Amino acid sequence: MKILVAIKQVPERDAQIRVGADGRSIDEGDAAWTINEPDAYALEEALQLKEREGAGEVVVLCAGPERATSSLREALAKGADRAIHIVTDDEGTESLAARDTLGVAALLADAAKAESPDLILTGLQSDDLGAGQTGVVLAELLGMPHATLIMHVERAGAGLKVKRELEDGWFQHVEMPLPALLTIQSGGNRLRYATLMGIKKAKSKETRTIDASAATTAVAEIVKVYPPERVKRTEMLTGSADEIAAKIVEKLKFEVKVL
Amino acid sequence: MSDQIINRAGVLVVMEQKSGAAAGGKAGWNRMSFEALAAGQKLAANLGVACSAAVVGAEEITAPLAQEFADKKLEAVWVVGHALLEHYTADGWCTALEQLIAEAKPQYVVFPHTYQVRDFAPALATRLKQVLISDVTAIHDGPVFVRQWMQGKLNADYRHAGDGVCFVSVQAGTFRADAVESGSAEVKQFAPQLDAAQIRTTPSEPFREAAQTVDLTAAPVIVSVGRGIGEQDNLAIVEELAQALGAELAASRPICDNGWLPMERQVGSSGQTVAPKLYLAVGISGAIQHLVGMKGAKTIIAINKDPDAPIFEIADIGVVGDLFEIVPALTRAIKQ
Ligand SMILES: Cc1cc2nc3c(=O)[nH]c(=O)nc-3n(C[C@H](O)[C@H](O)[C@H](O)COP(=O)(O)OP(=O)(O)OC[C@H]3O[C@@H](n4cnc5c(N)ncnc54)[C@H](O)[C@@H]3O)c2cc1C
Ligand SMILES: Nc1ncnc2c1ncn2[C@@H]1O[C@H](COP(=O)(O)O)[C@@H](O)[C@H]1O
Repeated sequence: MKILVAIKQVPERDAQIRVGADGRSIDEGDAAWTINEPDAYALEEALQLKEREGAGEVVVLCAGPERATSSLREALAKGADRAIHIVTDDEGTESLAARDTLGVAALLADAAKAESPDLILTGLQSDDLGAGQTGVVLAELLGMPHATLIMHVERAGAGLKVKRELEDGWFQHVEMPLPALLTIQSGGNRLRYATLMGIKKAKSKETRTIDASAATTAVAEIVKVYPPERVKRTEMLTGSADEIAAKIVEKLKFEVKVL
Repeated sequence: MSDQIINRAGVLVVMEQKSGAAAGGKAGWNRMSFEALAAGQKLAANLGVACSAAVVGAEEITAPLAQEFADKKLEAVWVVGHALLEHYTADGWCTALEQLIAEAKPQYVVFPHTYQVRDFAPALATRLKQVLISDVTAIHDGPVFVRQWMQGKLNADYRHAGDGVCFVSVQAGTFRADAVESGSAEVKQFAPQLDAAQIRTTPSEPFREAAQTVDLTAAPVIVSVGRGIGEQDNLAIVEELAQALGAELAASRPICDNGWLPMERQVGSSGQTVAPKLYLAVGISGAIQHLVGMKGAKTIIAINKDPDAPIFEIADIGVVGDLFEIVPALTRAIKQ
């Protein structure tokens, strides 16, 4: 089975996030970057599928600026066989940020068509934009069936049987023919780390770069980005750890009445 | 036909019904549907246009449900019924709703941002060369739709460009279900053209994992731990705090994803929904999928090193600091 995994590079969780100079983007200046977490689970699912089948190929695909090479290299070190990097401008009208979901999915779709994969895995949602859509849009552009919030994938005859997460702790199995696209939820597997051997091997693996095609007008237009206003007045406790602890105990006794 | 020459008007809210095992065996609503309805009515009122609603499913399920709208302030309630819509599939829903949109010609289509909507609405929008503006937390004049970036650390204002249909899904808890306006509504039947060959996926009945051994919903006091704890070995300090407080231990998703605590202790949209007297959140950032599971707590105390963490938005009492200093100190103070 040839599996394509779409990986997005996003700011690290603990990174200090500031609004970009144009007022419509994230300031990339001092961010540190990583693989979007659900995408790491998508990669893990792909690697385990390949290992279970004892054959196949895992190709990672990313649209993003130059910096994204570090995330593709990490994916190769974890065991992906090849990488495809759709290179976008760092900033401006041809950057990744200037394209809406349909624009980004169209970039991915062009590259995916050329590969004719049996299965495409994406993360269910990006940590930065949180649209939760690119995979589903990509499936529609490619005319593939899809399922979202997937925790587990197995073969069923010529197709697949997947475990889909529903709300409130419910699940559901869904069957579908191949080729298909799945958006992967976190937690279905334990993530592997890149080994020294893997890091070494990655150096000889192929990364193909493609120049991103010209951006089209976004239907969903970003007007302004800003830190949210705090509406709730939280009572903040300050002091040394022991002073804070004493204040909390006080409240637990006399206000919350749980002690 | 290009979108330009279609005379689009009004707001259409797509409600989500639930039936089968996950709905307790009888047909009902995903409760977020009425929040979306309130959002749609408000958007329509601001724009000075009419609001309608739609419900999709097999007729015997949707027809009785639609009666619940008869006293709502709506232009029409569309009952989109077909035998092939007995179980949810993305293909069935997209095909049926694409046809309804062609018939009703709305300018805006509003959904609740449920897991089901995540599954089909982006594909539906793509069919019409549009982009769903997803998980919206506010709608301002314009209309401008507010979305969260970086899991709530930033807000982004979006506008829909062009004359096509504008698809929007609203975040849980953003609009109040009890704000739905009363009035009257005309119930209209809509029979989409569907063919079994169009539906490529085969769903089976929802199920739960093995029986739960802890019932967090009954716990009066909950200590909940998030990724700020860093490593599995560090869990001991929150376990001690929970013990000192006589509390149940709960967690955010990443803790359960890592297998550090069992999934039945996960609080949030995919896990348990709790409403204890006290919810003490330790090293949890406060992503919406976590908040929906615990915001009903009577008192929320949050300990987080980041003063901008979204959890402080709903906490009654907050401590900005290192949990590795605060938590042991608190355990000591409680034991005294
Ligand atoms: C469809 C879907 C369903 C989901 N379902 C759920 C769900 O049911 N439940 C759920 O919880 N999540 C769910 N999530 C995930 C959710 O979006 C968040 O990713 C998750 O809740 C984040 O967990 P966290 O707050 O523990 O981690 P993070 O967001 O990484 O936050 C860690 C926090 O710890 C703080 N911290 C770090 N070190 C310290 C220290 N030493 N002292 C004090 N504070 C510190 C940091 O400042 C940060 O705020 C879901 C996501 C999706 C897309
Ligand atoms: N620029 C990109 N390159 C590769 N994959 C992407 C990109 N943007 C989004 N994706 C994939 O689509 C998923 C959902 O992203 P989003 O729709 O932004 O929430 C991510 O988890 C990725 O797997």
